[in-house]
This record gives sequence, C-alpha cells and structure tokens, in this order.
Amino acid sequence: MLLAAGVAILVAMGLALLRTLLGPTIWDRILAVNSFGTKTVLLIALLGALAGRTDYLDVALLYALINFIGTVALMKYVETAPPEGAAGERS
Amino acid sequence: MDFGAIAGGTLLGVGALLLVVGGIGINRFPHFYSRLHAAGVIDTLAAALVLAGLAPVFGWTLGTLKLAMILVFLLFTSPTACHALARSAHLSGLREPRAPQEPPPSQS
Repeated sequence: MLLAAGVAILVAMGLALLRTLLGPTIWDRILAVNSFGTKTVLLIALLGALAGRTDYLDVALLYALINFIGTVALMKYVETAPPEGAAGERS
Repeated sequence: MDFGAIAGGTLLGVGALLLVVGGIGINRFPHFYSRLHAAGVIDTLAAALVLAGLAPVFGWTLGTLKLAMILVFLLFTSPTACHALARSAHLSGLREPRAPQEPPPSQS
C-alpha cells in the first residue's frame, strides 16, 4: 500500500506540474506550485516510512515551512501586478 | 495483519485517491477560483489522510509525533496560503467569468 500511495503521489505531482505549465494566470501557477510542494512533503514522509527512519520527517517538516514562506513571499510580490492574461478570465 | 496495518492501509488508499482526484480537478476546473477549491481538497483532507495512514508504520515512537507536527503545521499553513492567494488574485482584479460586473463608480 505504501508503494501504491507513492505512485499516486507521483501522478498527482505530474498533474500539478501540468497546471503549472498551462496555467493562464500567474495565480494558477503559484497555486499549482504550492500544491506540488504539499505533495513533496507527503512524498518525503512516505519515503521515510518506506526506509523506516524518522530523519526524513524532519526534512519534510522543514520543506513544509519553506514551501509556505515561499508561497507567501511570491504572493506579496505579485499582489499589485496587473492580471496577466486576464482578458480570457474576465467576462 | 493486525488492526493498525489495516487502518493505515485504508487511510493511505483513500488519501491517495483524493490526491489523484484533486490533481484532476486542478486541471479540469474552468477558472482560477474553482481550481483553488480543488487544491483545498489536496491541502487539507488528502494530506491529513496520508500522514495519518503513515502513523501505524512508525508505531508509538518519535516518528508519529513528528508526523503529527507536520500535520498540524500543514493544517495551519495551507488555508492561510489559500486565503492569501485568493486575496492577492481578487485585489489584483481577477474575477470569475460569469460574475456580475461591479457597477462603474458614479460620477459625483
């Protein structure tokens, strides 16, 4: 079951990467990158369970911290930017 | 096959299913705010289920405590990040496609 969950996490990461490449606006890309980071945390924790070591969980916790700070920093950066590609999104 | 392995495997299976469903939702939903909804499924329920499903592997050790810390941290930060993302998009002028337009500012 651990291996099946790992494959599912990898598939979901690929789907998030697809949205990162396709996303029409910058917020779609940031959303997909944030989701990708959450899945990375889950994957690292699952690798730790597969290896039977708790050291990996420290790495996963640190990765969650860096992911959150990076997302918030990106948001402050783009907050006042004009909406890129907003012609298709606005009615 | 004890009870912990069965419960952990069930939680992991449901969590993995929700991960794939959320990934499909991110790609198939029509506009940004509905994609935010699909990503919320991944950030809260799927992450909680997968991390809880890993707990029986470690048993009652320090590993389960670390898993609980990761889970609490994710449950605090993911809604915050989602809210900040939606706020940033809204303040920058992104609207849903079929939302009623705001009336133009009246000429005083």
